[in-house]
Amino acid sequence: MSWGGAAEFFAMGGYAPYVWGSYAVVALCIVVEVLGLRARRRAALARLRALAGSQGRPAGEATA
Amino acid sequence: MTNWLRLSSPQTFYPLAGQMAPWFAGLAAVLAAAGLHIAFFVAPTDAQQGESYRIIFVHVPVSWMSMFLYVVMAGWAAIGLAFNTRLSHMMAAALAPTGAMFAFLSLWTGALWGKPTWGTYWVWDARLTSELVLLFLYLGFLALHAAIDDPRRADKACAVLALVGVVNVPIIYFSVQWWNTLHQGASVSVTRAPSMAAAMFAGMLVMVFAFWMYSIAVALVRLRAIILERERHAGWVHELRGAPA
Repeated sequence: MSWGGAAEFFAMGGYAPYVWGSYAVVALCIVVEVLGLRARRRAALARLRALAGSQGRPAGEATA
Repeated sequence: MTNWLRLSSPQTFYPLAGQMAPWFAGLAAVLAAAGLHIAFFVAPTDAQQGESYRIIFVHVPVSWMSMFLYVVMAGWAAIGLAFNTRLSHMMAAALAPTGAMFAFLSLWTGALWGKPTWGTYWVWDARLTSELVLLFLYLGFLALHAAIDDPRRADKACAVLALVGVVNVPIIYFSVQWWNTLHQGASVSVTRAPSMAAAMFAGMLVMVFAFWMYSIAVALVRLRAIILERERHAGWVHELRGAPA
């Protein structure tokens, strides 16, 4: 498949809103999911530190 | 002999999941790059649909994954109910949000493909309606889990919901045969050659594998977050609190 330039590629034969609307929302969902997972991990670790602080455990001390 | 039961402990699986996730994520990125290249620069224009058919390279993978992840989720739920293993229920819970996302994307990309080919974004067709039910099952699973405070009870209730809901998956799959639907029948089947150009088929398949690897990567990362949240009173988890976010 060879396109006659970038403009023709982005025009998608007149179906640009449908094609790019599909791909953009898929990409957006992936970005939101990955960022959300990172935030969830950070929150869980922060909660562990808060929990350790309230129990008087200094950070880095082995507790197992 | 490897002691497989040992792997079912969150403490053993947590570091293993952390080691595996980047590999699956990397594989997903490489496959997606290759798949998108085929989708836009190798696969020819469709004779009937023009360029609008290129939605197939995301529509089919997200739709397949939405069904496949539900079956895997129900499988983990069944194992959790049968053997009372915490990690199995956590696996099921780790898959649900990604499955819901794929079900939504299946409906979204389907709507945007339906408009230029059928003239409508939505129709109460058997395939579309049963896929919408799948999205509601995922959302029901997530809502039920959030609504029950005791995580062990939430696990069991959600496992039952997941198992009952699995009946919907064959309904989605066979809907295009059982009913006279607007949605087209399967273009790809294990019993005969695919009814599309080889490059189109290859691009679709590579994208399916990309989304599959992506699903494994995010499920593993989410599983680790769930373990941190739920096992926070365990001593070994507290040693992780300084871990890089």
